[in-house]
Amino acid sequence: MKVQIASNVFLRDKYLLLEFCAPAGFAMPEPGQFLHMRIEDSFDPLLRRPLSIHDAVWQAHSKNGRKKHVVRILYEVVGKGTALLAEKRPLTQIDVLGPLGRGFDLKKIGRSRCVYIVAGGMGVAPLFFLARRLREGRKENARGPKIVVFIGARNKDHIIREKEFKDLGCEIHVATEDGSKGFKGRVTDLLKTILPPATDGAVSADGQEGAPVICACGPKAMLAAVAALAQQRGLAAQVSLEEFMGCGLGACLGCVIRTVSGYRRICHDGPVFDAEEIIWGD
Amino acid sequence: MSKPNLKVAIGSLKLQNPVMVASGTFGYGREYADYVDPARLGAIVTKTITKNRREGNRPPRICETTGGMLNAIGLQNEGLEDFIQEKLPACRDAGTKLIVSVGGETSNEYGEVIEALNAYPEVAAYELNISCPNIEYKDKIISQDEELTHKVVRDVRQKTDRTLIVKLSPNVSDITRIARAVQDGGADAVSLVNTFLGMAVDVETRRPVLGNITGGLSGPAIKPMALRMVWQVYNKISLPIVGMGGIMNARDAVEFLIAGATAVAVGTANFVDPRTPLEVVEGIASYLSQHHYKDVKELIGSLNVS
Repeated sequence: MKVQIASNVFLRDKYLLLEFCAPAGFAMPEPGQFLHMRIEDSFDPLLRRPLSIHDAVWQAHSKNGRKKHVVRILYEVVGKGTALLAEKRPLTQIDVLGPLGRGFDLKKIGRSRCVYIVAGGMGVAPLFFLARRLREGRKENARGPKIVVFIGARNKDHIIREKEFKDLGCEIHVATEDGSKGFKGRVTDLLKTILPPATDGAVSADGQEGAPVICACGPKAMLAAVAALAQQRGLAAQVSLEEFMGCGLGACLGCVIRTVSGYRRICHDGPVFDAEEIIWGD
Repeated sequence: MSKPNLKVAIGSLKLQNPVMVASGTFGYGREYADYVDPARLGAIVTKTITKNRREGNRPPRICETTGGMLNAIGLQNEGLEDFIQEKLPACRDAGTKLIVSVGGETSNEYGEVIEALNAYPEVAAYELNISCPNIEYKDKIISQDEELTHKVVRDVRQKTDRTLIVKLSPNVSDITRIARAVQDGGADAVSLVNTFLGMAVDVETRRPVLGNITGGLSGPAIKPMALRMVWQVYNKISLPIVGMGGIMNARDAVEFLIAGATAVAVGTANFVDPRTPLEVVEGIASYLSQHHYKDVKELIGSLNVS
């Protein structure tokens, strides 16, 4: 499906925000889902790039006031594909497949009284959409769960979307590896100090009404640390994995992660998995 | 002017058009249901199935290269029983010919899978994958050895009357000798070609990009080599050829037909744009009309080398 870029602007350094109006037939995405984007019509780069959906909202059109479905993609220029995407100007048509994949389990998360969101680097991309949905998607409980966001990065220049999370009413904690902002060290070390201690006898919080839940996205090592911490504290955790992809549709088995039930497809069985399913360190 | 005829035959297998999807790039058909109506394709070729479940290789399994991609999936599949129970029922409704790609480590294993599948009328043909570069048959790929190829094909031929297509590896010094062994073994057709062995290195970590270290190269980068092999084999044996290797559009497909392929398969292009196989079907039809051919068969092997 072709979408027309409405804007594609640098937020800072290598970080961009791309926005388009969902065309007719574009399914409303779920937090954690991604788009498989064809950057060029040529075969260089050859494969599509999977990019998380950063935000999807209904917005009133500035001129006629009609509601439009705006989709945003937050990305970092990391290689050839994203560098070419950064050059795309408004009105450019771009071919996307999706929304694809299995996102966060909102039913499980929504029952929780406190959601810990842990973002490492570009992990903020899908997690902002999750925070928004948790804030705005609840009718029966106007407040929704408390959302505590942890953002970790190399240094302060790589901390992005902090204000946007704040504007949603989330509590924010920042960690930088060099200490240039917030806690000095890894975001998971910061998380350790703030997460509630394990309650006696708690093994998994699954099914415990209102138990806190962790939702994380970031580098695999960080997710592994989050998973270990969650297990230690007896909390459920959902992690969103990132991987280079082939088809994006579950056919090629190119993007897999080892789980307790064998290799599973990140594009189709994920990208969000229960942390306890994943066999880390493979 | 009437529409050109697109029908072709591979052995006893009759195809409504010469365009298939290559094994491993299209799953078992249903993964692409939102994008492609398989009923419009000549055939679909399944991901390779083996007798027993195979876990596949450790990730990373794919990597992009200039003009192509490397893969080392390692024939991950849930095995024969699961295929029959879980995958085959959905294939029934695909509305096109179903070719099951069969892998194995010995002729017995190939034979067992095929004997089991003979009971299912929805399977139209078999493609023997004796050329996957990403698993070890003791120490070699079957289709790198003429005698072994001949033996496996001859043994499997005893097990079925259905169309038997044998997919060959391009990683050989003379592919025509292997193709000859396939013909002598009694197969109905050859598929040319599987992927070219390659690798990629991460210079920051000095580690291989792929978990399996080496993988198979596919995509536009391999098209000239695949085409050359189709032409060479077309000139040496009489079996029909299913041509594949970097077909990204109808013009690429027409090149393969002119070089001697009776049918073509779209592989890596499915990842780039899932609509490619349908565009190839339509594009071949327009090419034939524009060039005043009444039948696609007029094109096959029509390369003018005078």
